[in-house]
Amino acid sequence: MKVGVCVKRVPETGARITLTSDDQAIDTSLLGFTISPHEECAVEEALRIAERHGGSTTVLTLGPAAASEQLKNAMAMGIASAVLLETDGGDWSAEATAAALAEAMRAQPEPFDLLLFGNEAADSGDYQVGVRVAHTLGLPCVTGIKGIEIDDGRLTARREAGGGWEIFELPLPAVVTVKEGINLPRYASIQGRLRAKKTPIERIQPQPRASALETIRLVVPPEHETHVEVLGAGADAAQRVVAVFRELGLVGL
Amino acid sequence: MSTPSLPSAAQVVVVGAGIAGNSIAYHLSRLGWTDLVLLEQGPLPNPGGSTGHASNFIFPVDHSKEMTTLTKDSARQYEELGLATISGGVEVARTKERMEELNRRMSSALSWGEEGCELLTPEQVLEKVPFVDTDVILGGFYTPGVSVVDPLRAGTLMREYAQERGASVFASTEVTGVDVENNHVRRVHTDRGSIDAEAVFVACGIWSPRIARMAGATIPLSPAVHQMISVGPIPLFEATPGEISFPIVRDVDTNMYERQNGSDMEVGSYAHRPILLDADDIPSSEEAALSPTELPFTSEDFDPQLEQALELFPEILTVEGAGIRHAINGLLSLTPDGMPLLGETEVKGLWSVAAIWIKEAPGIAKAVAEWAIEGAPETDLHSADVARFYPHQRTKRHVDARSSEGYNRTYGIVHPMEQWLSNREVRLSPFYARERELDAVFYETAGWERPWWYESNAPLLEEYGERVMPREAEWESRWWSPIINAEHLAMRDRVAMIDISAFAVFDVVGAAALEYLQRMALAEMDVALGRVVYTSILDQNGGFKADLTIMRLDDNVFRIVTGGLDGPRDRKWFEDHLPADGSVALDDVTSAWCTLGLWGPRARDVLESTTSADVSHEGFPFARCRWIDVGPVRVLASRISYVGELGWELYAPMEQGAAMWDAVWEAGQPFGIVPSGIGVYGTTGRIEKGYRLYGAELETEYNVVEADMQRPKVKDADFIGKEAHVRHRDEEPAAILCTLTVDDNTSPSSGKKRYMLGREPILTPDGERIVDRKGRSAYVTSAGSGPSVGKHILMAYLPPAQAAEGNQLLVQYMGDRYPVTVAVKGSRSLFDPENTRVRS
Repeated sequence: MKVGVCVKRVPETGARITLTSDDQAIDTSLLGFTISPHEECAVEEALRIAERHGGSTTVLTLGPAAASEQLKNAMAMGIASAVLLETDGGDWSAEATAAALAEAMRAQPEPFDLLLFGNEAADSGDYQVGVRVAHTLGLPCVTGIKGIEIDDGRLTARREAGGGWEIFELPLPAVVTVKEGINLPRYASIQGRLRAKKTPIERIQPQPRASALETIRLVVPPEHETHVEVLGAGADAAQRVVAVFRELGLVGL
Repeated sequence: MSTPSLPSAAQVVVVGAGIAGNSIAYHLSRLGWTDLVLLEQGPLPNPGGSTGHASNFIFPVDHSKEMTTLTKDSARQYEELGLATISGGVEVARTKERMEELNRRMSSALSWGEEGCELLTPEQVLEKVPFVDTDVILGGFYTPGVSVVDPLRAGTLMREYAQERGASVFASTEVTGVDVENNHVRRVHTDRGSIDAEAVFVACGIWSPRIARMAGATIPLSPAVHQMISVGPIPLFEATPGEISFPIVRDVDTNMYERQNGSDMEVGSYAHRPILLDADDIPSSEEAALSPTELPFTSEDFDPQLEQALELFPEILTVEGAGIRHAINGLLSLTPDGMPLLGETEVKGLWSVAAIWIKEAPGIAKAVAEWAIEGAPETDLHSADVARFYPHQRTKRHVDARSSEGYNRTYGIVHPMEQWLSNREVRLSPFYARERELDAVFYETAGWERPWWYESNAPLLEEYGERVMPREAEWESRWWSPIINAEHLAMRDRVAMIDISAFAVFDVVGAAALEYLQRMALAEMDVALGRVVYTSILDQNGGFKADLTIMRLDDNVFRIVTGGLDGPRDRKWFEDHLPADGSVALDDVTSAWCTLGLWGPRARDVLESTTSADVSHEGFPFARCRWIDVGPVRVLASRISYVGELGWELYAPMEQGAAMWDAVWEAGQPFGIVPSGIGVYGTTGRIEKGYRLYGAELETEYNVVEADMQRPKVKDADFIGKEAHVRHRDEEPAAILCTLTVDDNTSPSSGKKRYMLGREPILTPDGERIVDRKGRSAYVTSAGSGPSVGKHILMAYLPPAQAAEGNQLLVQYMGDRYPVTVAVKGSRSLFDPENTRVRS
């Protein structure tokens, strides 16, 4: 079983997001980088599937050279190998990203049996790359998945729907995009971290391609003013709590 | 929602509610400054500063007396709050050199009175820390009193105490400006209004420089990254109750610490490259992903430390299921010399309580509160006084360079004479080019490059042979040369010229100059023109605030000369006491005058051959100063000596210094003049004479009688500290400063001769600590070769029962004990006790 998992390097933002002066990107001068929680779960799911069914794991990303940090982090968790589709830094559209990824997947000496994605990227939130890759590769695809079981070459996926679950069955190979909650990702061990440091990353130079979509600029939505005040501790605080409730109209006078 | 509004005025505003701000608010309130407003830009109880992510442990033993005292007091305060857990701690050694350092820490533990410390074999370390790999260590230094504390909870309790006394606290309130009038702080502006204030305490860690800058003051620190990871869960830890059940380990050779925190092991590092930030580049609480002081982890900086941590703890760190659960680049404050930044800044009423670690914060706050309210802290804080920096030491270049250099020394083996290598050659005397030609070895004092000895004097080694007291052991040979002792002997035999341009020089001028100096100085200042007065400057408690000379140049003109290291602190002390009416002015002329010391039996011969002035003993008596010609230069000659020889300090205008040097050099050739370094001036020459040094023997914790520097009678004029001084004269001193000689320098363990360098404990013949009735232990205040007396000399304050000449005691050094004898009780000189040389 060969499992691939795709991740995207994104800024690790605080509550307030600052844009660069040209409004083209998030100002990352003080920020670290991460992958989305969905993708962390995808990495964990890939590891669990490989542990349960045997096989290999590969993590792929399309991004700048620095995105090797996210690949190393995935390898520190246990992913065996990594492929970096190295760009010169600009954000690629979902369409272009998916095309480049599909091409890289086809070029692998051995095809993937299962490709996992996060449900959506943490920054652009297009919800598209997994679906587009599946389409390009001609594979079945389910999205928003919170449970995977594999038995005898068939994959069963569960998706939350209202108060219940939608259950899908897919033949392998397949593409699945997963949601946070499917599992609780492990932390990288020290040994994993040291192993990742020593494992080389396969680097590919993808061809830039035209896209139907163009980013004009980013806009930060207006902030909600928040205010936190400790009203007191224990019974002494009761009076002030009541006063605040009254002020807010939550209780009658 | 209603929010209490900011008061329009308060006696005190404290900026910052981390451990420093809460502690200072608490201690100020405790001492009566209860009309206090505490401002915090972040939320409470964890405002997002360094306090929130610090590793919270207290290792009390430090080589610095001041820091150990403050840390021990802090540990006591945390314990009183019920927020300390005694865990014990082990510093492990991977190298032989580090084992020596651990021996040295044992000495410091004894000197500063930390109980129960012991050196451990690897097996003994394993008994206490059952998961350590003994193969990689040679031993450990165990401190049973190491504790972990809860600084956020402690801060909350202290803040609440202040609030009960009347303080008000405003979180999420950002300081936007500080108003200063007549160089006195007046008002603090915030995003919620303004507060008039008489005093403002800047206690906001890495943000402190920014607040100080709003007032036009400087708090010279640099925010820097300290990396920390947390690995878990570890089953062994999960099975133990509470936060910590095993001693904290400092793997000092790899600049790391490892401590249990619940089910995790926290691994912190000071090994990675120094990563400095600018205060303005710190994200706000809203912008930061975790908190403003927990920056994104840069794992590649930490990777080498992972391997080292695995070497020491191979089993628990690789246990199934354990992972790196948390990893941060935490911010902390670094200063140019590694010490905190305490006391009043350049702006009156604006106090710095910054660059403080969890381990010392409550103790420091207590001392600073005493300083602010009572005028003087119980613990001497001079080495942490924010006023210690010259302007050039407050530049960004200097702060960044030294902070970077100091960072990797956090757990380093730092020699007492260790030199800074960055940002050198900032202050150069006019003799510098000459000194370089003579192969001077330069050490730095307050930015000045000072010759410590001259390699060109190497031929003297042959002349003096064994008398130079050669050193076998590498530690004492480091930052030292036997040439120092050869220069010393040549000075005693012939004559030496010594660059002492690092002196700080202040002219005091004005109609009330005499009256002012009478009030400042212990010694009588109403002296004849041309007199040079060596005097102590006392604080109100009669402790030593400074130690310096004052020349009377005219009726209303005096010149103060003090040590280069002491210059900025002393200047502040003098300026703070200037009369408000402008009747006295203080002019810092440090950069106008260079100084050459000329001392030795042939000093008069040298001077006579280059001046037309009468420099005979009768014509130019001791403790006089006057203007004379030296070659082509008119210099101010002052006949005093810190090395116990006939001679003069020669003050020349900076730009004529080289000409003065050349004149003295040429005149000295027939008399065998030797250029000599500060090794002679600061150590060998003075210690043979028992001359006291500010910061070593003299500090606020000791008084004039204890130092045996009292004058026959107390002058009539009133002066600061007089009342206390008179009281000290009436009571039996708790300790008396003595000069001791080492009877046998041979190490019982190695057979090598070893030489103490200072701060070692003096013990009874039974090996017991010696403590005076004020609780102060006996330790070596200064140590150095006495080449003319053929002994290694130590100075120490001893209680009266031990301060008897001929009394046999022990000194502990590097794990061995050496016999010492009290050679002199009090201030008499070991060498030339009658002072015939000085007065010849």
